[in-house]
Amino acid sequence: MSWLTLYSQLTGVNKHSTSLGKVWLSVLLFFRIMILMLAAEKVWGDEKSEFSCNTLSPGCESVCYDHYFPISHIRLWCLQLIFVSTPALLVAMYVAYNKHGTKRVILRSGNENIEGDLKALKNKRLPITGQLWWIYFFSLLLRLLFEGGFMYALYTIYGSFYISRAVLCNVKPCENQANCYISRPTEKTIFTIFMVVSSSLCILLNLAELFYLIAKALIRSFQLSNRRQDCNHLASKFEEAIPMEKQTSPKY
Amino acid sequence: GITVMPIELNVEYGTKMNWASFYAIISGVNRHSTGIGRIWLSVLSIFRILVLVVAAESVWGDEKSGFTCNTQQPGCNSVCYDQFFPISHIRLWALQLILVSTPALLVAMHVAHRRHVDKKVLKMSGRGSPKDLEQIKNQKFKLIGALWWTYVVSIVFRIIIEVAFMYIFYVIYPGYKMIRLVKCDSYPCPNTVDCFVSRPTEKTIFTIFMLAVSGVCILLNIAEVLYLVGKACARHVHGSDGTSKAPWITQKLSSLKQNEINQLIADHSFRSKFKDTRKNPVEKGERCSAF
Repeated sequence: MSWLTLYSQLTGVNKHSTSLGKVWLSVLLFFRIMILMLAAEKVWGDEKSEFSCNTLSPGCESVCYDHYFPISHIRLWCLQLIFVSTPALLVAMYVAYNKHGTKRVILRSGNENIEGDLKALKNKRLPITGQLWWIYFFSLLLRLLFEGGFMYALYTIYGSFYISRAVLCNVKPCENQANCYISRPTEKTIFTIFMVVSSSLCILLNLAELFYLIAKALIRSFQLSNRRQDCNHLASKFEEAIPMEKQTSPKY
Repeated sequence: GITVMPIELNVEYGTKMNWASFYAIISGVNRHSTGIGRIWLSVLSIFRILVLVVAAESVWGDEKSGFTCNTQQPGCNSVCYDQFFPISHIRLWALQLILVSTPALLVAMHVAHRRHVDKKVLKMSGRGSPKDLEQIKNQKFKLIGALWWTYVVSIVFRIIIEVAFMYIFYVIYPGYKMIRLVKCDSYPCPNTVDCFVSRPTEKTIFTIFMLAVSGVCILLNIAEVLYLVGKACARHVHGSDGTSKAPWITQKLSSLKQNEINQLIADHSFRSKFKDTRKNPVEKGERCSAF
């Protein structure tokens, strides 16, 4: 059970995403999951063991570390990535449910080429209309909500995205104000800014995808109403034409 | 008695026993689950196993080395840690996840048993072609009859195990909060010494998270039980369409017999096209009465 298992589940959804959704997935994988796994975890690896305070009071370091880092950046990002990836699975579940229903219909129809039909169904790409559109829309909203929520949480807990070199700590059992030194603060700041920027990029991509979906839906309904107008127009013309024909044609 | 191993576990020497292989075993049962069961499995794998492996294990990684006591007495550290942390959260969660997933194997065993009986019946009737056997292997059974009971019992066990572990957590770590400071006076500590736990806030956050997801899983399981019971009641109320209340095995045998009769009638009508139409009526009757 690792990030790659999660990613393999997500790529299954890729088929039914828009092109912006596919870009989002690539950004998620390369700029966030991979960076987290391959680089960031090593930077934060010794965050506790190398956190040293200018004191000999036992327990002071532990308590100061806990006071200034209620939840580590790495864990926040892990949770953020897990939560952000999950709404896409709603879409996958709906597609699977839909295909299951169609599969039943195919199996009961008793056609000649059942295996071919089933295979075609397996590789079929459902158009993003109707119910699927709403579920996709809802999953995008959830994604935005989670991204925004976690960015806000990061900002609230740490105040800024900049990690200072030292903090002043006077929590008990530290005797006085003790200087506590954080390990690798510059590297951590660089990675924090990097992750925040990729997070913002993902938010922008999700917003763009949202607007794209809405625009497509509007255009589709506009075209549909146009076609309906044309149909009504044609039908009324046809009705006008028939009584004239009845008069002229002797066959009837 | 059943001589064949009921579960098809390919456990070879050298197969890595980790969460990934665990997940592979569990998801095999997925085929015979309801929709809610599949959602439960996704929640379990993503929000519990994945979070445990990727995040929680690193939080509890230094729980023993980061546990410091305000004393220089050798052994005091160790003894105090042991007194206040009889079993670590991580190990409790691992146990919980393994035990919670085990009832699903009841269902897998039942399905394997049915497939085994199916194969035997087919072989007895003399139509054991490899294609038919292959079809049995991939056949999906409906959740009715004895399989329904097995499934419901497995979900009830799941609920019981989840609640039991939540209770154990509450007993060992009251309030689900991770304390920052513990006061310890067990031998060989000289006095009451202050001992400091590492990363208590982060641990509290993750404990509450895992608790919440546990609660969600319990709700999903209860919903699944209610759904199954509702479906069964609806089935009884509307009357079974053609399915009798006889046990599954007799139904299977009688349907097989009917198939055989149909097959023979079809064969006979085919052959009679090329034979003398003046057939001895006794022969026909003999054939039919064989069943």
